[in-house]
Order: sequence, then structure tokens, then C-alpha cells
Amino acid sequence: MYAYDEIDRTLVNERVSEFRDQVKRRLSGELTEDEFKMLRLQNGVYLQLHAYMLRVAIPYGTMSSQQLRRLAHVARRYDRGYGHFTTRQNIQYNWIKLVDLPDALADLAEVGIHAMQTSGNNTRNVTSDQWAGVAPGEIEDPRIWAELLRQYTTLHPEFSFLPRKFKFAITASAHDRAAIKIHDIGLRLHKNAAGETGFEVLVGGGLGRTPFIGKTIKPYVAGRDLLSYVEAILRVYNQYGRRDNIYKARIKILVHELGIEKFAQEVEAEWQEMRDGALVLDHEVVEDIRSRFFYPAYEKLPHMPDELKKAAHDAKFEAWRKNSVSPHKEQGYAIVTISLKPVGGPPGDATAEQMDALADLADTYSFGEIRVGHEQNLALPHVARRDLPALWKALDKLGLATPNVNLVTDIIACPGLDYCSLANARSIPIAQELTRRFANHETANLIGRLHINISGCINACGHHHVGHIGILGVEKNDEEFYQITIGGRADEKAELGHLIGPAVPYGDVADVVEDIVEAYLALRAQPDELFVDTVKRLGVEPFRERVYATR
Amino acid sequence: MTSPLQQKIKITGPSIVTANRTADGAVIYRTAAKDWSTELGRAAIVRAADEARALLAESVADDLGAVGPYIAPVELSDGAVKPGNLREQIRLSGVTIGLPVQA
Repeated sequence: MYAYDEIDRTLVNERVSEFRDQVKRRLSGELTEDEFKMLRLQNGVYLQLHAYMLRVAIPYGTMSSQQLRRLAHVARRYDRGYGHFTTRQNIQYNWIKLVDLPDALADLAEVGIHAMQTSGNNTRNVTSDQWAGVAPGEIEDPRIWAELLRQYTTLHPEFSFLPRKFKFAITASAHDRAAIKIHDIGLRLHKNAAGETGFEVLVGGGLGRTPFIGKTIKPYVAGRDLLSYVEAILRVYNQYGRRDNIYKARIKILVHELGIEKFAQEVEAEWQEMRDGALVLDHEVVEDIRSRFFYPAYEKLPHMPDELKKAAHDAKFEAWRKNSVSPHKEQGYAIVTISLKPVGGPPGDATAEQMDALADLADTYSFGEIRVGHEQNLALPHVARRDLPALWKALDKLGLATPNVNLVTDIIACPGLDYCSLANARSIPIAQELTRRFANHETANLIGRLHINISGCINACGHHHVGHIGILGVEKNDEEFYQITIGGRADEKAELGHLIGPAVPYGDVADVVEDIVEAYLALRAQPDELFVDTVKRLGVEPFRERVYATR
Repeated sequence: MTSPLQQKIKITGPSIVTANRTADGAVIYRTAAKDWSTELGRAAIVRAADEARALLAESVADDLGAVGPYIAPVELSDGAVKPGNLREQIRLSGVTIGLPVQA
């Protein structure tokens, strides 16, 4: 956990006071909606179909049990008793009233949570690997650098009015759980030939209307140079990024139109002018940030405690353990992913009661810490393996032990037309139907790792382009239709999926996905060939034939 | 962004003006009495572009009461007013899924 200092606390509290005044002036008519809109967006407040929506940041996906309880409190007191965890490690409340927003934000500020820059054309919540700091083989904890970026970019005057929104993601593991290649800037910690730790910097990734996989702009940037290099990128973007066309305003378009070589030259020229200036990160600065992260005092524990041996006879426990429990850097400990994808439930939603109970479980079993992943699941990062059976029983009682992490029913979905004013089609009911179709755990296990991503419009909040199976809702003559892509992936081998054919109507989507999965089961070279690898090997055609032969 | 009043208005059937209430974001409809109602049945119905433009203009003028007014299609059936598309159906009736916690 990171401990905020007085500067952080003052900043967050001042922002609440400022926004309280802005809301008051809006409600009195002193501010028009045109004047107010940008102010509310800078504080994460959207207007959706039914109500205002508040998006709250969970920086690099790390929160304390105290903070999770406060998120539950806001859900209960100001909303309808639940929240929705998003693909960018935020939580959204769907029913909040403008008149209540200042009080809700004040309550959040008391525990160091805010909604600053969760919307608007600025630098958004810096996201990271939800296993940061505990993953085996990690270079170092990437959250140190994520926190530096958070502090540096928060209310940065030069980057508060960019051509368009700007998203960072950072990882320090070989396996990319932070989807860095689909971010405006992706950072991968690694060691150079001399054994020094630095960053591979990727730029120009992003989904939406015009998707691109990020390109490496510099293979190695030393830690001391991180902020100056990032600032050089942002300056070039701020200068040349298009402001005349919202659809061409993201940095990915600039990188694409200039070409990565030309863009890199521009950045390099800018960087050489400033690299040894005020933004050099001294060792002391980095260490000061590092010292404000607190790590648990782990016990020396056996890898295979008696409690775990005994529980291994319980098939239900074992099904959960195999999918939800991952190795930890410390012997005797594990990372536990908590699926927010129950059969028939909206992906990523958690009730206030579940949040409160999870906070209690985090206190009992995970040193009071919880993580949020971009897959819209939560994680307890420091669970002693001896405690796994007890934790599982407690999660099961809460409806939070669905054994489907990384399986076909672990679906990423945006809120879609049920909530979102931008959506063309519904996402959640499609996800719900798919979870029912594949509810049988044996079947899901037989299928193996398969990521389905659903977006209700081209803005791609459900990351459909990089789903192994991607589903995009479109509207045709007032009817919901869905385009299906296959072969996408969001990890270190990130790729955009390929369209398999014409869009299909709402009622056919689950049948089409079943056809695709059945084709995969028949076509895979061996049982452990993943869906995405079968598509890579065979291409789209056999799946297209299967889906459209009878349609 | 182009003001709704500067956008070309093209309606193909009975239409209403809808928006969200400023204080709480609730879905509201412009009435013939020049106020707002949460009931679609009380919405003023327009059938021609000029009528729609006038209704939208008076709605936009009430910046304090409503956010983002726009023209939306409706269907008239046996004297009842029904939403003209799925989006408006969802705005009127709520989400098509069960909420995690029933309100």
C-alpha cells in the first residue's frame, strides 16, 4: 500500500471544496451546463442515460480495506448499493445525483480516494499489473513508477487540455497483465545488457474507432529519465495532435500518420533539449516514493501446508483453486483472484455488502490489501496458502467463488446500452446469456483459456478488438446487431482480432459464439492448444465457414 | 460541439423532446405546459420539423432545469405514448437486466 503525504491529502481535499462550489454555482444557475460540463468531467462525472455517473480512480489498481469499505459506503449512501469495476481499474457508480456528488467525494477524500482526471482530455488513471509487487519474477514493483507518474501528471497544467484523453499502463513482468500495448504510452520495466533497470517505452496503442497496437519508440529509457522522456512525448503530442477532429485526436493517429520513426525523431529532439533539466529523477526522489509503499511482514510458511493437502480432496475447492489461485513471490503465499463474473451476473459489478465483506476478508487474509485488474475482477495479493480453504468457504458464501477466472465465462463487458449514452447496443445481457450457455464448469474447463470481450459501441470500453472472441454492438435500422472478431489478445503478444463476417442480430450472438467454440474444439491440434493459438494457426476461414454455413 | 439548435432537424413521425434533470440526472420530458415531467405520457408531441425546432428551442433555454435536450421519436398507440426506439425504451423503463441490488 502507498501512504499519501500531506501534499496529497491537501490536494484531494481542496479539489472537493472547489467542486462543491462549482456544483453549487451550477445548481443556482450561475454556471451554464456548457461552462460546467468540462468541470464535472475533470472530476469524473458523466451524464448517462438514466442519471449522472461518477468514475472513481483506483490508482494502479491498489486499495486498502478501509478504502474498499468507503467505496461500499458511497454505493450504499449515494447510489443504489453497488458499483461497477472497469477495465481501467476504476469503479463507477451509475445512479448518483449531482446534488450528492460533493458529499460523496468528500467521504472518499477522507480515505485518500478521488475522481480527478478520470475523464476529460488529460492524463487518466495510471494503470498497472494487479499482481504488482507480488508476482514471481517481476523486475521490481512497477507501482513505484506508476505513483511517480500519478503525482507528476495530476493537475499538470501543460497536460490538462491535451487534444484528447491520454492513458498510461505499466508492467514489470514478462507476462503483461496490464495490457500496455493498447495504451497511449505503455511502459515495460526490464534490464538492459548492463543489468540496469529501465523502461521499454511503447507509444500509440489504443482501441476505439481506429485501433492500433502500440509501437516501441525507445527500447530502453533509464529510470532517471522516465519523466523527461514521457514529457517529451506529451509535448510532441500536445503540439501536433489534431484538435479539429475528435476521431483523429488520439496520439495513436499522430503516430500512425507521422510514422513511428518520424514521431520518435521529434520526441528525441525535444528530449535532448530537456533531459538533464528539472525532470531528472534523483535516486532520493524514487527512494522516497518507494519508502511510502508498505509491504507485509510475511511469515516463513511451507508451500504445501496441511490445510491445503486436506482441502485438495474437495473437488469444488480444487476447481476454484486451479483457476483463482496464482503463485506468489513469497513461499507459502498466493495471489487470489476474485471473480466478479457470476453466472448470469453483470461483469464487474459488486454490491456494497460484497465490498464490505471483502474488506473484512482482506483484513483477515491479505494484510488489508485488495487489487483491481483490468479484467474487471478483484484480487487479494497476500494470502497464506494455509488460509486458502477458509478463504474459499467465505468467498463462496458471498457468491464470490465462481471458479471461472480466465475461462470462457470470465467476460469483460462495458455497461453498454443499459447505462451508457454513447452505446448503440447492449453488452451486459449478451454477457449474461453467454455465462449461462457455458455455465457447466467441466465444459468451460475443457475449452480452457478463452477471453470474450464485449463493447456496446465503437469506443471499445470492453476492449473487444483484443478479445480472443470480440463482440461489438452496432445499430442497424434501430435494431441491435453485433460484429464478431476472433484472434485478438491484450497481453505481451497483443494483436487485434479479425472480423469473421457480417454482423448478427442480438438473438443470434450466443449461438454464434457456441459455434465458434465448437469449431475450436474440433480444430485444435491438441487439448492444450489455446483458442487464440488455434486461430493463429488456421486463420479465420474455418470459423467463418462454421458460423455462416447455415446463416 | 454543434448546438442542438444548429443541427438539422429531420423527423419522420411523432416526436418529443427529452433531457436529463440537472439536479439528479433523472429522465424528463418537455410538456406542452412548458415544464418538465418524468412521465412520457405528459410529453408534448410534435409532428413537423418547425414544431420540433420550437419545442427544442424552449427546452434548451431552460438550462437550469435540464441537461442535453434532444428530439426523440415516439409511437402513438391507442392514445398511449411509447418510446420510438430501444434507447428511449431503456431510458423510460430502466435497465433491461436485474440490478445487483434491487432499488
